[in-house]
Amino acid sequence: MELELDFEKPVVELKKKLEELKHTEATSKVDLSAAIREMEAKLLELQQQVYGNLTRWQRVQLSRHPERPYALDFIQAICDDFIELFGDRTIADDKAMVGGFGRIGNETIMFIGQQKGRDTKSRKLRNFGMANPEGYRKALRLMKMAEKFNKPIVTLIDTPGAFPGLEAEERGQGEAIARNLLEMSVLKVPVICIVIGEGASGGALGIGIGDKVYMLENTWYSVISPESCSSILWRSWDHKEKAAEALKLTAQDNLDLKLIDGIIEEPLGGAHKDPEAVFKAVKQVIQKDLKALKAKEADVRIEKRIKKFSSMGVVA
Amino acid sequence: MSWFKRVKEGIVTRTEEKKEAPDGLFVKCPSCKKMATAKVIHEHQHVCLNCAHHFQVGSAEYFHILFDEDQFTELDANLVSGDPLQFTDTKAYPDRIKASIEKTGLKDAIRTAHGKVEGQDLVVACMDFNFIGGSMGSVMGEKIARAIDYSLEHKMPLMIISKSGGARMMEGALSLMQMAKTSAKLALLSQARIPYFSLMTDPTTGGVTASFAMLGDFNMAEPNALIGFAGPRVIKETIGKDLPKGFQRAEFLVDHGFLDFIVDRRELKHKLATLIRMLKQD
Repeated sequence: MELELDFEKPVVELKKKLEELKHTEATSKVDLSAAIREMEAKLLELQQQVYGNLTRWQRVQLSRHPERPYALDFIQAICDDFIELFGDRTIADDKAMVGGFGRIGNETIMFIGQQKGRDTKSRKLRNFGMANPEGYRKALRLMKMAEKFNKPIVTLIDTPGAFPGLEAEERGQGEAIARNLLEMSVLKVPVICIVIGEGASGGALGIGIGDKVYMLENTWYSVISPESCSSILWRSWDHKEKAAEALKLTAQDNLDLKLIDGIIEEPLGGAHKDPEAVFKAVKQVIQKDLKALKAKEADVRIEKRIKKFSSMGVVA
Repeated sequence: MSWFKRVKEGIVTRTEEKKEAPDGLFVKCPSCKKMATAKVIHEHQHVCLNCAHHFQVGSAEYFHILFDEDQFTELDANLVSGDPLQFTDTKAYPDRIKASIEKTGLKDAIRTAHGKVEGQDLVVACMDFNFIGGSMGSVMGEKIARAIDYSLEHKMPLMIISKSGGARMMEGALSLMQMAKTSAKLALLSQARIPYFSLMTDPTTGGVTASFAMLGDFNMAEPNALIGFAGPRVIKETIGKDLPKGFQRAEFLVDHGFLDFIVDRRELKHKLATLIRMLKQD
């Protein structure tokens, strides 16, 4: 069953008609191939029209699509081997933040990412991808271990935000994120960060300081979600579309603002339409970049990384 | 027929010019409701004599409190905000900036300066909450980054006095990246073994807490200051319960291990100078 978003309705309806036509041909043995071809062409045209001109809000919707691949889907598809590692060694294991060593060919990589759930039970387990301080500390522990064994790091960002809970504050959510920002900027090993879904604010940035930062085509990355922005500026969630436009939060926007290094294309209609193609594209980017990054000395990488983030901002 | 005619529309006196209250004007403490003259409050570092409530003040007052003989050199005083996103809500962002500049006489929500504290060099970056809620945009990030560069170059300790609601929404992801920028620069300061003092004042929340404010070699706060990542209203909505008394206040943060100490504003200068002297490298 395909879950359709509001703006996808015309595409889904035409697809249904096409299926019916194909079914009629198969059962009635009447030659409808010309009509089918015509409709297929029309469908492609409609898809290009709908998905080729997505508004910023529609991309936000795609970034949250319930069928979209999540961090562990990526890791398992990309790696030949993966051993998940748990816990921050202090208080708990945060199920909203996953990580472990993975192998691609001869390359061992530390993968870290926020993890969402797919049904009610797993969504609750994963806290909707909203990590607590122990999640950020778990991530830092794993990054430090990667540094110790001289293995590169890949982070997969997908979070509606760091968890705004009472215990999260007691255990220092702000400190945990801040510590990661500082430590990640001086990690001696290559770091690649990829926004695979939602990149909400400090919660996303907390695993987002890398030599290279990418966004998948239909993701968003900003200081606040369109809904929260709308509720602050217009006192209601109803202006989320307007807020999404104002925030300029898409992959293309962030590339134009020089805040990311590149965009990884998605299939027409979003990553969930053909996950294998997205996994392949992500794997290629990781392999290509690691080769280039490993050719440089650690000091050079760190200096460049700090310089890159230091140059972000527009002042007059 | 009116006897007097208004020449200019609206109120034209800038807040900055209005601030110097005449002697004898009374101020009411928002905490204990006791009255005191503005002059007395000013002479006591803007702390209530009755209940020790710390009045919210800005960079001008902190520079006055900290620097010897009120002498300091302001750094990058003329940096102002751009409009990278052409952001418009109820007001266009450049208009909002312009109005805030008019209202406060400041250029943005932070000022940076170099001066002496009990004879010792110190670089201070101090926020002004009355400029768009002390929000952090590109200007704040850049000024802090340059203040850190100045500290590195002259091997002087750094202090950041935070008072901010967090990141400035009108600069979108650019404001988010100021967290990365300032934290990365602080990593360099740390590697150079130059002391960094972070003073959190009421309120310090959001992206400021989740970056430089929590990264001090010494994390300090004023009494009763609200300090947190998420704001109390958001947390209350998330958990659907009332928050415990004193939650996210400075005393709460000390108890949970995130502050080195709380400092009364009247003792700030001397305590800071003592620490700087203790850390001096021979």
